[in-house]
Amino acid sequence: MNNYAIDCISNGKRADERAFDEYRKIVIKTGVVAKAEGSASVTMGETKIIAGVKIDVGEPFPDTPGEGTIIVNAEFTPLASPDFEAGPPDENATELARVVDRGIRESECIDLKSISLLDSEKVLSLYIDIHIINDCGNLIDCSFLAALAALMDSKIPKVEDGVMLRNEYEKDLEVFHTPTEVTICKIGGKLVLDPTIEEERGVDAKLTVCVREDDSICALQKQGVVGLTMEETKEMIEIAIKKSKELRKLLKSKKEK
Amino acid sequence: MAKTDEKLIVNGKRLDGRAFDEMRPIEMETSIIGRADGSARVAFGKTEAMASTYGPRKLYPRFLQESSTGILRCRYNMAPFSTEDRVRPGRNRRSIELSKVIRLALESSTFLDDFPKTVVDVFIEITQADGSTRVTGINAASLALASSGVPMRDLITACSVGKIDGKLVSDLNGIEDNNSEADVAFAMLPTKEIITLLQMDGILTKDELFSLLENARENCKKIYETQRKVLKERYKRELK
Repeated sequence: MNNYAIDCISNGKRADERAFDEYRKIVIKTGVVAKAEGSASVTMGETKIIAGVKIDVGEPFPDTPGEGTIIVNAEFTPLASPDFEAGPPDENATELARVVDRGIRESECIDLKSISLLDSEKVLSLYIDIHIINDCGNLIDCSFLAALAALMDSKIPKVEDGVMLRNEYEKDLEVFHTPTEVTICKIGGKLVLDPTIEEERGVDAKLTVCVREDDSICALQKQGVVGLTMEETKEMIEIAIKKSKELRKLLKSKKEK
Repeated sequence: MAKTDEKLIVNGKRLDGRAFDEMRPIEMETSIIGRADGSARVAFGKTEAMASTYGPRKLYPRFLQESSTGILRCRYNMAPFSTEDRVRPGRNRRSIELSKVIRLALESSTFLDDFPKTVVDVFIEITQADGSTRVTGINAASLALASSGVPMRDLITACSVGKIDGKLVSDLNGIEDNNSEADVAFAMLPTKEIITLLQMDGILTKDELFSLLENARENCKKIYETQRKVLKERYKRELK
């Protein structure tokens, strides 16, 4: 493929002079949507994503009575890229939503038992909606940061007699862990983080790794048509564990403010 | 299948009597569907997948055609009667995601450059689900592709590994899958040991994950031997 950004990587450099394992500038803003129970916008270089959390009174899943539910949905809105089309989520949007969902669910950062209401018939349902505003690469890492920042920003509304009162809040939603997702890409034989949209065109394979603050790994997803050797896979996981600490610092500093 | 509070490991054995690293009995056969260009059935214990392939065949509508190569399409589907609670027919988020990752896992192995403007369709139907359905489906799809004669670099061999009751185990069945601390779906091209599918959920330390990956590699080599045997027998039959 004839692409300057990819040629640079093959030659050991990056078009924007970043190191291979360097993220673009990340800015996290919370509370960006007044009507949502929690919200965040995250920019990673030019990539911009908004995540909003809405909380409703809902019913538990049949196999987990008495536990609240989390539903993650992603919209690749057509405003964000010439490649996106309106309509129901395609396989890429579905995959992104499910990979973010897996990271949040499996890291146990939300205690689903604590968001159940008194009777087991009704529970709180957390809807995390991810909207891509500008697609300039690395949507998964950026979406995950946005989703987690939005959760950390969320307040649980008051519920009276099974009816939710909007604009009156019971307490903050407790987020018990700070997992982050790091996607390591293989481009031109090199392992690269946070690709721009030009670099993303040259991705042969990538691995998304969700890492919690205790360094445990709670989700993996390999993507791309090219396979990976065992050594590459292990190296990618090591890189993810290292880099996740950086992303976590950004989230934590947001929380303390 | 519901969660259970029951212990999954009793006296050092799993509920179905297996050792930690023991896979369930594996059955494989090819050419089970007469109309298809390639087909196979693979069962891991009570999990059963059938796969068939059609093509390379002309791809319509034409705007989907690639002028330089053929493309691969994949559909993973669970039969409504395959599980305890009926599966609603049609696509859902899970099957959309799995169809995508399975397609990518298979694509690394096929050479479709010689068939521009065509498509190879792979259909995977899970007829009985008792855990590890996606990897069983991949094993069936790989055999179906190979028996259809589509040029391939290698077979694709897949297995699941995971952690239950604190122990690292191979080939999770349904109840283990639903109550696991972690499960990993793994596929590789067995000859060069190239990983083409890797998914995990649950909680694992790095060391646990790395040893699970090694176990998965060993399991895949065993499954590969069975796949080869079945394919060889099929061609022997045909030559007679």
